[in-house]
Amino acid sequence: MRDLTQPTLPDGPGVGYKPQHFTDIISDETPVRWLEIHAENYMGDGGRPLAQLRHLAERFPISVHGVGLSIGGSTALDEDHLARLKTLCDWLHPASFSEHLAWSTHDGAYFNDLLPLPYTDRTVGHVADHVDRVQDVLGRRMLLENPSSYLRFAESEMSEVDFLTEVARRTGCGLLLDVNNVFISGTNLGFTPQAFIDAFPMDLVGEIHLGGHDEDSDETGALLLIDSHGKPVTDPVWALYAATIAKAGPKPTLIEWDNDVPDWPVLAAELTRAAAILDPVR
Amino acid sequence: MKEATFAAALLNPDSPPPPGLQRPDGLPAPKRFAVYRNNVVVGLVEALQIGFPAIRKLVGPEFFKAMAGEFVRQHPPQSRIMMFYGAAFPAFLSSFAPVAAYPYLPDVARLEQALRESYHAADATPIAPEILSTIPEATLLAARFNLAPALRLIRSAWPVHAIWHANMDGGPPPAAGPQDVLILRPDFDPRPHLLPRGGGVFIANLLAGTTLAEAVEASPDLDLPAVLALMLDGRALIGMQP
Repeated sequence: MRDLTQPTLPDGPGVGYKPQHFTDIISDETPVRWLEIHAENYMGDGGRPLAQLRHLAERFPISVHGVGLSIGGSTALDEDHLARLKTLCDWLHPASFSEHLAWSTHDGAYFNDLLPLPYTDRTVGHVADHVDRVQDVLGRRMLLENPSSYLRFAESEMSEVDFLTEVARRTGCGLLLDVNNVFISGTNLGFTPQAFIDAFPMDLVGEIHLGGHDEDSDETGALLLIDSHGKPVTDPVWALYAATIAKAGPKPTLIEWDNDVPDWPVLAAELTRAAAILDPVR
Repeated sequence: MKEATFAAALLNPDSPPPPGLQRPDGLPAPKRFAVYRNNVVVGLVEALQIGFPAIRKLVGPEFFKAMAGEFVRQHPPQSRIMMFYGAAFPAFLSSFAPVAAYPYLPDVARLEQALRESYHAADATPIAPEILSTIPEATLLAARFNLAPALRLIRSAWPVHAIWHANMDGGPPPAAGPQDVLILRPDFDPRPHLLPRGGGVFIANLLAGTTLAEAVEASPDLDLPAVLALMLDGRALIGMQP
């Protein structure tokens, strides 16, 4: 039984939990140190998902990662959904709770995707209010994740780093740094990923995400990277991650693989590669 | 740029991309907006593919994809709990003209939706059969039973169990005729069972809260031992009010 009095993620490799890997995760000599779940998949009343999660939570620190709160939306948070999150966090006692700088609902419809928002004084206010509300209801500090972007808003007034830093300053929240998203957004929006990392407030980072992306192109033939979570982490993203760890020190690091999920050894190899970058600085 | 404009353009493939969205050089970004539009529709269609595998098999994957695309644009999710998305799909199938020649599809979809609900339903401890066997028959008949939260009843004018079985489990080709299906989840895996004669009326009465005697009386042609054996085996009885 792990120690519930120490609710932090270890500075080692974790993985996005998929039920098909249950046996490998609990039985193998595995490099995985912690697990992340999508909150919305564990909002049923019972059955195998919750039974597996109870079992896993006795062996591993768990990070609850929400995908449906729509924190970046302009309207008030859905209090029913927030209550479901609280129910989950209250029984699970996760080591971390995180959500996205994105919106996903409008006028009652849920789009099941992470949609972008302009970075303005007005939207900083909305997002900070929503983060305050989440932290009040859950009674804990949350982490807010940088998105992957395909386009920019003409009305944006500030950089993404400045936006996230300001939300964190107003709310006291931490940040989840998705290094793959930095690489995708940098490529798609024409900024240097390394400059983003250099400017990022690493002292606020509670977790790092790594995942794979696809290559496409826009109507002018310009390279357009798509955040697909269906492939291994690419070499340039590993290099950016190594530079991030060199600057930030060791951080809990998640391998995300949500589509075309491979057999466990493929994921274990990704975890081992992350550990090889984390271990020398620990 | 308003969220409403962005949201409306996501679900309408004919609407132009919202204004104020740019490529890094400041030019409009229709293909980049299309990434979001595509992600939304593809993601929701995939959720339906996972939820309705028998329907997909019955109509074929290409047709399913096109039909599901119609559905997601008309009925985007109203909840963030995607494991239950598709509750409106059976009714959609009843009114979707291209499948009017397949009137059993809505009931097959109801069966699939009920299987998913059952999978995520609350756990419950069944009454031990050895305890039930010590209770006098008269007491049992006068009692009302609590049924497991994972139990679902599907009553159909079509051979819905045989259709599901043939498509998902390699069962024999279905023969015409009505079928009632009882979904039970003895541990973690829900299974649809074809109810013996009279079983549908009987279970519907128990679900409505009648006594065992009233449920038996409502179903004159009931094979009671067969239905009770099925329910005990499927751990469907979880409480009893004398």
